[in-house]
Amino acid sequence: MIIEYETLKLIWLLLIGALFYGFAVTGGMDLGVAALFTRLGTTDKERRIILASIGPTWEGNQVWLVTAAAALFAAWPLMYAAAFSSLYGLFLLVLLSLILRPPGLDYRNKLPSPRWRSLWDSALVLSGLIPAFLFGVTFGNLFSGFSFHYDDILRPVLEGTFFSSMTMLNLGFGLVSLSLISLQGAFFIQHKTPEPLESRAIKMARLLGIVFIFSFTVAWSWTVFKIEGFSILHMPNLNQSIVPTSKIIQKGVGLWLTNYHKFPVGYFAPLVSIICVIMALIFSANKKSGLALLSNSIAIAGTLITAGFTLFPFILPSTHSPNHSLTIWDACSTHLTLLWMFIAVLILLPIVLGYTSWVFRVMRGKVDTMTQDEY
Amino acid sequence: MIDESVVNLSRLQFALTALYHFLFVPLTIGLGFIIAIMESVYVMTGKIIYKDMTRFWGKLFAINFAMGIATGITLEFQFGTNWAYYAHYVGDIFGVPLAIEGLMAFFLESTFVGLFFLGWDRLTKVQHLAVTWLVALGANLSALWILIANAWMQNPVGSHFNYETMRMELSSLATVFFNPVAQVKFVHTVAAGYVTGSIFVLGISAYYLLKKQDLAFARRSFAVAAGFGLASILSVIVLGDESGYTLGEVQKVKLAAIEGMWETEPAPAAFTLFGFPDDKAQTTHFSLKIPYALGIIATRSLDTPVIGLKDLILQNEVRIKRGVIAYELLQKLRRDQANPRVKQEFEKFKNDLGYGLLLKRYKPNVVDATSEEIHQAALTSVPKSWPIFWSFRIMVGASLIMLFLFIAAFYFNAKRNIESKKWLLKLALYSIPLPWLASECGWIVAEYGRQPWAIGEILPTFLGVSSVSSTQVLFSLISLIALYTGLLVVELYLMFKYARLGPSTLKTGRYDLEQAVSR
Repeated sequence: MIIEYETLKLIWLLLIGALFYGFAVTGGMDLGVAALFTRLGTTDKERRIILASIGPTWEGNQVWLVTAAAALFAAWPLMYAAAFSSLYGLFLLVLLSLILRPPGLDYRNKLPSPRWRSLWDSALVLSGLIPAFLFGVTFGNLFSGFSFHYDDILRPVLEGTFFSSMTMLNLGFGLVSLSLISLQGAFFIQHKTPEPLESRAIKMARLLGIVFIFSFTVAWSWTVFKIEGFSILHMPNLNQSIVPTSKIIQKGVGLWLTNYHKFPVGYFAPLVSIICVIMALIFSANKKSGLALLSNSIAIAGTLITAGFTLFPFILPSTHSPNHSLTIWDACSTHLTLLWMFIAVLILLPIVLGYTSWVFRVMRGKVDTMTQDEY
Repeated sequence: MIDESVVNLSRLQFALTALYHFLFVPLTIGLGFIIAIMESVYVMTGKIIYKDMTRFWGKLFAINFAMGIATGITLEFQFGTNWAYYAHYVGDIFGVPLAIEGLMAFFLESTFVGLFFLGWDRLTKVQHLAVTWLVALGANLSALWILIANAWMQNPVGSHFNYETMRMELSSLATVFFNPVAQVKFVHTVAAGYVTGSIFVLGISAYYLLKKQDLAFARRSFAVAAGFGLASILSVIVLGDESGYTLGEVQKVKLAAIEGMWETEPAPAAFTLFGFPDDKAQTTHFSLKIPYALGIIATRSLDTPVIGLKDLILQNEVRIKRGVIAYELLQKLRRDQANPRVKQEFEKFKNDLGYGLLLKRYKPNVVDATSEEIHQAALTSVPKSWPIFWSFRIMVGASLIMLFLFIAAFYFNAKRNIESKKWLLKLALYSIPLPWLASECGWIVAEYGRQPWAIGEILPTFLGVSSVSSTQVLFSLISLIALYTGLLVVELYLMFKYARLGPSTLKTGRYDLEQAVSR
């Protein structure tokens, strides 16, 4: 075939990453805005202006998540199956809060009653806070590993519980993603709304930035120095279809540093995250909200790359049977499927990016009165 | 061993959340198109009333659309959370249309929908019209890819079983795309969506006509809905008949279950109009039959017989026995991969592997199954007839009422005396629930009629579940039901409120109830 299987497996790691990155940057603004809007906006009018800032674009932004999840299903079906069922309770919470968001945004302004509106306000805050936090917890679980193994017909058998997925470290990961996503929301509010909301967003961003830098540093060092990591001892030929039970994996403290030893340049990734958040805060303080958003988006990229680089090539380590851990080499779809999907992405993603940026351009600038009336 | 309560709860949860999601989808598909037509008229004629129509029906569209996107993710997540082995076993094929749906269709629809509502002042007339059409196009394309995925569950073409990786793998994407079941399903389903949108606009407009409220607005809306609806209901019925023909070819069990047909009918088979299918006694009581009709619908001929359930069960028993051999060979093959003789032998039996897996319900190692268990598995290898039999007849009955309604509405609208036909306006108003009734019943026919398979003749539904506990599923089921019920109450309340107020909610100063609107 045109592209080697091994190359495609790598390409798909990048594409899955890119799709989730698309959601973190665009959908992250919306989640962050929802999480913060009752703190920054005190009157009903202020709250409506903040919600109107994401009004025209949040629907499209959410599709990044839907598409990323579908691509995960299609490209890494084994991972999709084992991860989603292992984190059953966690994904239920994410789901319930995400369900609240569309009606929250669309129905809040449809009735004038203050009780009605404050009810939807709480729902909206939860719909931003909970997913933003739990996405981080999910990442934490990827490092600490899942308790699962495969039976004789390769059925994933799970043992983890909701509470075993909520360790201190994983909650720390939750704080990392919550603060980073909320930062994205705060900068967006600064960008789109008038005073006094703008200044309040700047102040809030400062607090969130400190939380991020602290939690990120702790979570990163704890992960690479304190907990058991995984690394590959033996792996069949990467260029063929691999059964996930046919490799040999070792487990031990410090093994999450394996890639850093091999490629010390990797240490730059976490550094970039921290530096870019600091720069974003400086831009924000100087009322350069656009640059702050850009800089924070690079910080998000740095954070995702840090996670991917540390884990590589693992995507779902198993604590129960380390040899059954899933990697990008053996959790993936067939050569043909990966190829077709790659072609589909090559054609469709540029089109999506094209019209998405057109829509953002049409709606650029501070929130207008028509949009305000709708929210 | 598979936990039956996890299977039942997971099935119930998926069925309820899918049926719930499908309350909003057909209206999105249909109303999107109708709004695009109204706006086209506005751009062509410049008459402001058509802009108001676009915006008002757009408001109701928004209330519905919010629920549609909120509830779609539930289905996507469940493939992983509740149907892990399903996702594992067929993700290589099934995931592809879902991912393409996101990239090609859902992005389009959702990115432009915000601009549709909020871009009026920032876009030229033609630009805005293009945005509206793209939203409508996105909704339709979405349906296309989802139904390609669904059609593959019904009729899994373009794929093969790989004994090394123990899963189904893609052989040809084109074959999956051009699945005959997908083609008829797509046109039938979107046309049903157009009918839903039309009845919705027709019924609410009839309400204004009865109330003598915003007459000019109501008349025009009524006219658009009557014309578009008549064309749509005719396509639904014709294409539904086409589905009957496709079923006769690829899903014989479902066809027989729809008909409550236990014995094989000599050609040309009769169509059972009414009756009471009895699954225990394997017969349909008090059946009223139309000679020749089924033979013509299902086989397009007068000399091909249609096979009854009893014979299908007998055929399946043979296939289950072959499936046991396939499973045994598979185990040998997995221990001793290089053996070409075993491999060759397995090739002969592998098409019946799925039937062998039906026995996993009784014995983890299907080779141990007794002949009594094989017989039991054969009896349950066809779905219960009565739910499908009745859902089908309710669906068809509702469609026929709607056909009559649209013919009458179109006729009297053309004669311009619709407002004096109070009975017709009332009929239109009270018919609003009918397309939903028909759609939900259609879903039951399609998906319950697929049982006991998740993937037709390949993966039994019960085997697809995750190894989660029944407590977990019970908990998620209860919380979803609670949240969904609350949201439905809210949605219906807003829909009724805004529909009653009518175009006055636009606050243009041109409509009858402006004073009553408060913000």
